[in-house]
Amino acid sequence: MAIPREELLKRFAGGQRAALSKIITLVENHATSFPDVLDELYPRTGKAYRIGVTGPPGAGKSTLVSSLVQTIRTKEKTVGVIAVDPSSPFTGGALLGDRIRMQDIGTDPGVFVRSMATRGSLGGLAEAAGDVADVMDAFGKDVVITETVGVGQCELDIAEACYTTVVVIVPESGDAVQAMKAGLMEIADILVINKSDREGAEQIARQTRAMFELRDERNGWDPPVILTVAFKGDGIPELYEHIEKHRQFLAESGLLERHRQSNVEATIKAIVEGDLHSKTWNEATLGRLESLVGDVMVGKVTPRQASGVILKMIEGRQEGG
Amino acid sequence: MERKIRVLVAKPGLDGHDRGAKVVASALRDAGMEVVYTGLHQTPEMIVEAAIQEDVDVVGLSILSGAHMVLFPKIMKLLKEQGAGDKLVVGGGIIPEDDIQELNKAGVTKVFTPGTTTTEIVEYIKTEMASRA
Ligand SMILES: Nc1nc2c(ncn2[C@@H]2O[C@H](COP(=O)(O)OP(=O)(O)O)[C@@H](O)[C@H]2O)c(=O)[nH]1
Ligand SMILES: [Mg+2]
Repeated sequence: MAIPREELLKRFAGGQRAALSKIITLVENHATSFPDVLDELYPRTGKAYRIGVTGPPGAGKSTLVSSLVQTIRTKEKTVGVIAVDPSSPFTGGALLGDRIRMQDIGTDPGVFVRSMATRGSLGGLAEAAGDVADVMDAFGKDVVITETVGVGQCELDIAEACYTTVVVIVPESGDAVQAMKAGLMEIADILVINKSDREGAEQIARQTRAMFELRDERNGWDPPVILTVAFKGDGIPELYEHIEKHRQFLAESGLLERHRQSNVEATIKAIVEGDLHSKTWNEATLGRLESLVGDVMVGKVTPRQASGVILKMIEGRQEGG
Repeated sequence: MERKIRVLVAKPGLDGHDRGAKVVASALRDAGMEVVYTGLHQTPEMIVEAAIQEDVDVVGLSILSGAHMVLFPKIMKLLKEQGAGDKLVVGGGIIPEDDIQELNKAGVTKVFTPGTTTTEIVEYIKTEMASRA
């Protein structure tokens, strides 16, 4: 029961949430039925402020996002939330449970929450999450928040592509050290110690502040360390204030523009690389690959020479048109 | 790219057990589906809003509380109103045969009663989705 594209775009422009949802699905699936949907919407993007929230599993990110959204809603702004969770590499399935902690914002008409599975897309994940953020932006959301588990490089890339990156850790011993090892501290514009109702919060805050002081300033921004109790909302207005401060800092220093530029560059590169990849392997090249593997096995050519043959095939294809 | 089957698993009503819903959610995930799990105490409005925002193909409702003859029809009505009447809606729980027939008429395509294996549920959803594609 596919809706015709003109009708779908009309409903989207008219603010229908079901149309927004359908378009996100099309984009997520790289649907061939409407491949240029993002080109249609792109001119309407660029207005939403993008916040990334990342940190270890169970740190309270979803709870914090829900609370932050409620604070943002008091400022008359609309919000889109993208909650990314890993797909199983074995079955391709995923259990997306972030909504459990987002009940309070579940029926607010000014909020749209979408759960997204990583789908094991090699490096394409950051691009896909960015695409969904673009769709929400074009729909007219003032703020788009993306939650990812801070474990893999892809997840960190997503958080970093946002203008303000909030890293959430908990007071448990060793969490700060883990976060450092995982490269989370480096990308934090704001560091949140959540579950500060538990012991050791002050101590870990002192430690991380000291760590930030030791390191070189990040282009003139000193990452603040904020204590929160997400399920009570404690510290959330303060978090929002610091996000606003960071936004102003980025705008005034010209860094926001630079951030956008590098996002555009990364997007173009990702699309080109993705397309090249899918164009590389077809029946002809795969057939040649098979025979070349045989040649390498019997010592006729080296792997490097073999790849040269395939690259020539591809270049020849491009010249031949 | 292969389209993933997306399923919402929700637990409407007031009772506080979601073990069954979690078992089903995990089984669907293991069968390669993307399962949005929303947890306990969901109102019909919350379920329908989540189904729309997540653009799921299937809505699976687990219910034990006996309020099924109120909750299910309400959810069906809201889904239709929101232009999402095309979703496959299935339920699970201790539900009398007469009620199941009523629910079928109201658009709840299938009701799984206790004793149904997760394999049967997976197969049912896969077959239904394949026939709709
Ligand atoms: N004690 C305490 N628990 C919290 C706090 N914030 C969240 N939680 C709990 O931590 C668990 C994981 O929360 P969730 O938001 O799902 O974490 P996520 O995996 O990082 O998204 C849940 O049981 C929350 O209720 C907090 O500030 N203090
Ligand atoms: Mg979460």
